[in-house]
Amino acid sequence: MNMHVQIGWRNIWRNPKRTAVILTAIIIGVWSMIFLSGLMRGIADQMVRNGISNLTGHLQLHPHHYRRDPSVDHRISDAERLAAVLRQNLPAGAVWSRRVRVNAVAGNARHSSGVTLVGIDPAKEAQLSFVSSAITRGRYLRSGDNRGIIVGKALLAKYETRLGRKLVLMSQDATGEISSRAFRITGVFQTELKATEKQFVFVNLTAVQKMLQIDSAISEIAVLLPSHQQADAVAGQLRQALAEHKIDVSTWQDLLPLVKATIKIYDSFIFLWFLVVFIAMGFGIVNTTLMAVFERIREFGLLKALGMRPGWIMRMVLTESLFLLMLGLLAGNLLGMLSIYALAETGIDLSAFAAGLEFVGMGRIIFPVVQIRDVVGANLVVVVLGLAVSAYPAYKAAHFTPVQALTHT
Amino acid sequence: MPIVECDAVNKIYQQGRVEVAALQDINLHIPEGAFIALAGPSGSGKTTLLNLIGGLDTATSGTIRVVGKSMAKLTQTQLAQLRLSQVGFVFQSYNLIPVLSAQENVEFVMLLQGIPAAERTGRARSILDTVGLKDKYKRRPAELSGGQQQRVAVARAIVANPAIVLADEPTANLDSKTGQGLLELMQQMNTERNVTFIFATHDQMVMQYAERVVYLKDGRIKTDTLKQHRDKVEPK
Ligand SMILES: Nc1ncnc2c1ncn2[C@@H]1O[C@H](COP(=O)(O)OP(=O)(O)O)[C@@H](O)[C@H]1O
Ligand SMILES: [Mg+2]
Repeated sequence: MNMHVQIGWRNIWRNPKRTAVILTAIIIGVWSMIFLSGLMRGIADQMVRNGISNLTGHLQLHPHHYRRDPSVDHRISDAERLAAVLRQNLPAGAVWSRRVRVNAVAGNARHSSGVTLVGIDPAKEAQLSFVSSAITRGRYLRSGDNRGIIVGKALLAKYETRLGRKLVLMSQDATGEISSRAFRITGVFQTELKATEKQFVFVNLTAVQKMLQIDSAISEIAVLLPSHQQADAVAGQLRQALAEHKIDVSTWQDLLPLVKATIKIYDSFIFLWFLVVFIAMGFGIVNTTLMAVFERIREFGLLKALGMRPGWIMRMVLTESLFLLMLGLLAGNLLGMLSIYALAETGIDLSAFAAGLEFVGMGRIIFPVVQIRDVVGANLVVVVLGLAVSAYPAYKAAHFTPVQALTHT
Repeated sequence: MPIVECDAVNKIYQQGRVEVAALQDINLHIPEGAFIALAGPSGSGKTTLLNLIGGLDTATSGTIRVVGKSMAKLTQTQLAQLRLSQVGFVFQSYNLIPVLSAQENVEFVMLLQGIPAAERTGRARSILDTVGLKDKYKRRPAELSGGQQQRVAVARAIVANPAIVLADEPTANLDSKTGQGLLELMQQMNTERNVTFIFATHDQMVMQYAERVVYLKDGRIKTDTLKQHRDKVEPK
């Protein structure tokens, strides 16, 4: 082994207690950076997932003006031609589903309020949104069952009703009149978010089309791609292919601006956290290295007498710091990964705070997610800044005048 | 040409508002291969003079030349290079790097000089053999006696074939028998390798080993005695 490396390595073990203290600080720092960023990414990831499975999908196609005014006035009549374009342009593995989505009023004898009425193709919808898998009581919609309706558990409670009871839906139809239709509750879904349970009611696509007198027109196509990273590219391609169809193509980022903004905020949060941890750790590193340097002033005098140049002495002290940093990083990364791995299955239950979390679209249980970017970032921060703050003690060590250093006791 | 030339050298330390004249009007020429003692009571300026010759400190006035180079004209890096290639130091104590073994301590200087590892090992072991530490290669300084540590220091000072070795009270922490052994070793190195030795001491016994004794008092050279000829030379 290189002698400079050997000297550095042995020097850090001259005071094992001090080395242990600073290593502990680095390890805790690195661990907290990795673990916390993992948690934050987990939260963000879940928000995206919740958002996407909350009917958003990765892409949505709407008639022009629908997003500004989601009413039956804006609809796609030639859904078949659109489907043909999709078949040509979507990557293998993509699934899509047609919907009619309008605002409606749901009422029974006890209560009435605004809801979002969603007409779905039950078989297709099951492939891309949460509805079919979230049924906790009753059953999912069957195609051809034009009287059945699926509602959320919270809505059931609000309307003081139960499975099998009737619910009347009213909405403006294609002629501008209010039309109403009675449905029977066949299934109840449950989600992480109560707001979702109260907002959405699901019926068969054909039932809504009849109710609104729009023949086979639809208001929305939702697309789920093999990966959410493909959204931008595929959206671009579709926009070109659909240029003459008067169709808007939106990605999940367009549709979930709050989620997008929150992810941005988390990015700055993680950055700030790294900074805070590092400042605390940086003081520890400077302190330890300074102590180690001042304890060895005489030795640095000796090294100078032997003909060591200031630059070489600096390098020597920095090598010692580098060892401390590397050891701390190694253990910190390991510990961080282990604790994330341990929580990967069960997640962290935050239901105590769930009321507040719901607001931002977060679930009750968080599963940490490791992003290479964060891990690399944490390690770079520690190495680069760690060496930077060690430069001061190293400079000190290199610039004691030899006579001062040699007479130092 | 003398290997060390001091002409009209003064060194004044500023201690607060007080000026301490550590060396005054030092004129001293030392020929190559000399074995010379700087004698004098504590505080007489021996260490200061050695430090100036070794380039660890700079003179307030006057010129010092070592192997023909004027010290005042060299940068810190050039001084370091000069020490590395031409000057070996032996101090009174704490001469060795504590985390390195005897052999590694000796190798360290050669490492700084860029000598390849295989050659370093060979030369380090052979010089340790010469100073009588054949079976102590792997010992750390803490595992060696005071006399053995000083021998390692002499081995390290000599291993890179310097022009001069500066030894500041090298025997002060040793019992007289061990001290004599070390001096005999230094003498042997001096004659075998023609390395110039300049050592500071206030010990009468140690002075007897020197062929020339420069006696300092209050920062001035009082006498300069060439002992082989028993001549007393008055300072210039
Ligand atoms: N760094 C310093 N600052 C102030 N005075 C010093 C310093 N080093 C040495 N001196 C003074 O210079 C004089 C000579 O010291 P020194 O060379 O160490 O003598 P010696 O080695 O002969 O005992 C003494 O009076 C000492 O107090
Ligand atoms: Mg002295």
